[in-house]
Amino acid sequence: MPKFPSMARDGLANTQQRRNLQHATHTIRSKRATVVDEVPDWEELRVRGAAVKDQVLAHLDDYLVQLEASLTASGATVHWARDADEANRIVRDLVQAKEVDELVKVKSMATQEIELNEALEEVGISAWETDLAELIVQLGHDRPSHILVPAIHRNRSEIRDIFREEMGAVGTPAPDGLTDEPTDLAEAARRHLREKFLRAKVAVSGANFAVADTGTLVVLESEGNGRMCLTLPETLISVVGIEKVVPTWEDLDVFMQLLPRSSTGERMNPYTSMWTGTTEGDGPQEVHVVLLDNGRTSVLADEVGRQALRCIRCSACLNVCPVYERAGGHAYGSVYPGPIGAILTPQLRGTSSPLDQSLPYASSLCGACFDVCPVRIQIPELLVHLRTQVVDEHRGGRPSAEGVAMRTASWMFADHRRYEKAQRASTMSSKLLGERTTLGRLPWPASSWSGARDAPAPPRETFRQWWVRTHGSESR
Amino acid sequence: MTSAREEILARVTSALGTDRQPPADLPQRARVTWDAGRTVDQFVETTADYRAIVERTVVNSLPQHIAAALAGASAASVIRPAGLDPSWLTGFPGTVLTDDHHTAYDLDSIDAVITAAAVGIAATGTVVLDHGPDQGRRAISLVPDVHVCVIRADQVVPDVPEATAALREAINERRPLTWISGPSATSDIELDRVEGVHGPRTLHVIIVDQDG
Amino acid sequence: MTASSAVAVQRVALFATCFNDTMFPEAPKATVRLLERLGISVEFPLEQTCCGQMFTNTGYADEAIPLVRSFVKTFGPYDAIVAPSGSCVGSVREQYASLATRAGDAGLSRDVDQLAPRVYELSEFLVNVLGRTDVGAYFPHRTTYHPTCHSLRMLRVGDRPQQLLSAVRGITLVDLPQAAECCGFGGTFAMKNADVSVAMGSDKVRHVRETQAEVLVAGDNSCLAHIGGLLGRQRAGVRTLHLAEVLASTEEDPA
Repeated sequence: MPKFPSMARDGLANTQQRRNLQHATHTIRSKRATVVDEVPDWEELRVRGAAVKDQVLAHLDDYLVQLEASLTASGATVHWARDADEANRIVRDLVQAKEVDELVKVKSMATQEIELNEALEEVGISAWETDLAELIVQLGHDRPSHILVPAIHRNRSEIRDIFREEMGAVGTPAPDGLTDEPTDLAEAARRHLREKFLRAKVAVSGANFAVADTGTLVVLESEGNGRMCLTLPETLISVVGIEKVVPTWEDLDVFMQLLPRSSTGERMNPYTSMWTGTTEGDGPQEVHVVLLDNGRTSVLADEVGRQALRCIRCSACLNVCPVYERAGGHAYGSVYPGPIGAILTPQLRGTSSPLDQSLPYASSLCGACFDVCPVRIQIPELLVHLRTQVVDEHRGGRPSAEGVAMRTASWMFADHRRYEKAQRASTMSSKLLGERTTLGRLPWPASSWSGARDAPAPPRETFRQWWVRTHGSESR
Repeated sequence: MTSAREEILARVTSALGTDRQPPADLPQRARVTWDAGRTVDQFVETTADYRAIVERTVVNSLPQHIAAALAGASAASVIRPAGLDPSWLTGFPGTVLTDDHHTAYDLDSIDAVITAAAVGIAATGTVVLDHGPDQGRRAISLVPDVHVCVIRADQVVPDVPEATAALREAINERRPLTWISGPSATSDIELDRVEGVHGPRTLHVIIVDQDG
Repeated sequence: MTASSAVAVQRVALFATCFNDTMFPEAPKATVRLLERLGISVEFPLEQTCCGQMFTNTGYADEAIPLVRSFVKTFGPYDAIVAPSGSCVGSVREQYASLATRAGDAGLSRDVDQLAPRVYELSEFLVNVLGRTDVGAYFPHRTTYHPTCHSLRMLRVGDRPQQLLSAVRGITLVDLPQAAECCGFGGTFAMKNADVSVAMGSDKVRHVRETQAEVLVAGDNSCLAHIGGLLGRQRAGVRTLHLAEVLASTEEDPA
């Protein structure tokens, strides 16, 4: 995959997507601000949320063992998956044992991350996405571009066209004369999916939280598709990242306050399902939980980078990010776009590919993401931390042009006499420029600046020359 | 060959290193006392904010209010959990079914469902079902298009921490919980909120005050 | 109110920053004029060069460490260090500690911890240390203010710059729409992700032009070089000035 800057160019050129994203991110960001301002102890909640997550991460092995015991005692079967392939194999075997060729899915980042749908498709199993946005993405043969609203890059007319063209091939077709009114589109999705919900034998979900002391899994949603999947089928398989654990039932309250307000900008999301293993006569009688590593233990091994595992996937950072808003989610080349993606993806996957090396640089370090993060992940600090890691990994190899320039500049700045010598060159060039105050287009590499921006011409006298002239060469 | 379980736990342990602090006591929010009347007033407001129909009544008038709620939603049939007080539906002229292993397809042909509730949350306009005998299994309050939910005024608590505390017992009994805030909704299209997707399109909450 | 009545500040050093020193000397000059007008005798230690932020934020921590050492050595003797730059002060206050840790030098860590709290961005120094919001400036122009990200979200200067600007005689201060949004400069981001940077800058420029201000003011010349470069390319007829230049402006010596 190409690096972020060239992928971002595609996003920048897509004017419809730019418009859609601007509208959507500004809408959600102001909703969030309104409901967060209602909570007098919001800052205290953020601190508590971060503390709970840090506690989990600091004792993750103990909590995982406790979670496993609680789940098993409540009638669930626990599986462990080191990586995507292993998780996909576990799910595939469980589904095939049920002799079905389809299942319904609750929106889940973990299953996207491991590309479960594709793995199931290879063995002839259709995994139907049931979240409206995931449905739009799936029917449109598209990729998600946002954690919360995967089809954020689409507007209502585009969605209507996708429904009209694609629904009939996989089930109940879109009604004749479907308009692009969101209520009509939601109704079309309801009709299309209802038959799938009623006949489904197997469902796959993720989980927002897994409570260690009780074995309770938690899924927050809005549409009711989650409840359908978690309630009607006979078999439920949940793929859960190992960082999703919270220690006790009592620790859940802080997240039930932080997540809805941060995520959808609501006081509470419409539906939350909590289930503890199996319940006789109610819901799936066979419940599986797949605990997924897939790079999370590598993130855990970095004491600074570990913070990224606090993430509760609320997407508030995406919604305030000026880079995400313009480049769009696909530019990040991962299921985790935006600021959290820029720190999580290179840690989960490592920084060996050019794309993953470019992700920590996909930020102006403006800091808006930290301010809205409900678990206070220091995203700007982590971005710098990962940039340092990328540079460090290249030390000792063939020096890059940038590396040479940086080392030279550092040497120059390390002694003010060398620095003053370099300054003289700049004031000399200024004298050659005559009366000009700005420069036009410059040759490479300065062209990346001057392509769209005038560059200032250096002054004829530096500040320190002025100081020495007016105040003498002593510092006083 | 080590199992995935052993390997993942070993990775975690080695990632965390040797000098580990014992788990600290996590800060807990102080328990609060609250004004019951004000809390219910706020619950009415926040529940209505989420486009649920919300009303208050007293025990004696409950059957009329339930009948009116069902009529208002044009429901000709209603399903009730086996443990729900049958007198609640005495005012309803339509078909009353008591839940008895109905399939999802059966439920799909029933207009409405009536349940009690476990907890109401004032700050967020949420009702929580713990699916006890008067609330029934999860499917019955999900598939029909109209959900009439009856909650006692004394079940309404100010905020989420009080709710999780009140639900601890249900969790210890490993009961499933469903938190409901308004009718089903989506913001997936241009982040404009649309009510009514897969869950009930009408949520009608009736708050019952005990008769003086 | 005189300076001494707020906090007794014995020795004040100006940290000009390498970018201002070399490219935008008017901002540190204005800082000197302003502080001298307020009765502060400011010193300029000539050993100073660069805080190292460009290296740190591009991932070149090893290259930044020598600059941390020389900064600490140069400015150690002073009671207060003032810089007309939110981002360079942010780098010293927020990033030096981890660079010192990386250097594995306990002495350097100690020095950084002691020095960092004494390093101020100009508006912080004026309002918090000197207790001044009216600095006796005169600037009769329609002006809008862009709060730079590092001053806003790293240093948390809040509305101090606006307080200072509001007190300027003759000024017409207009609110900038979407003011808190990043302009897209972001240090080497402006070069490495030039396209996104320019897209962000274009929106900032659009908002600046919506205000119909003739002057755009900010506390960081790096951001202003980016926004000003876009305004200039558009021949927009909007001047960019550093906050220090506006606050130093008087009827006798206008900016």
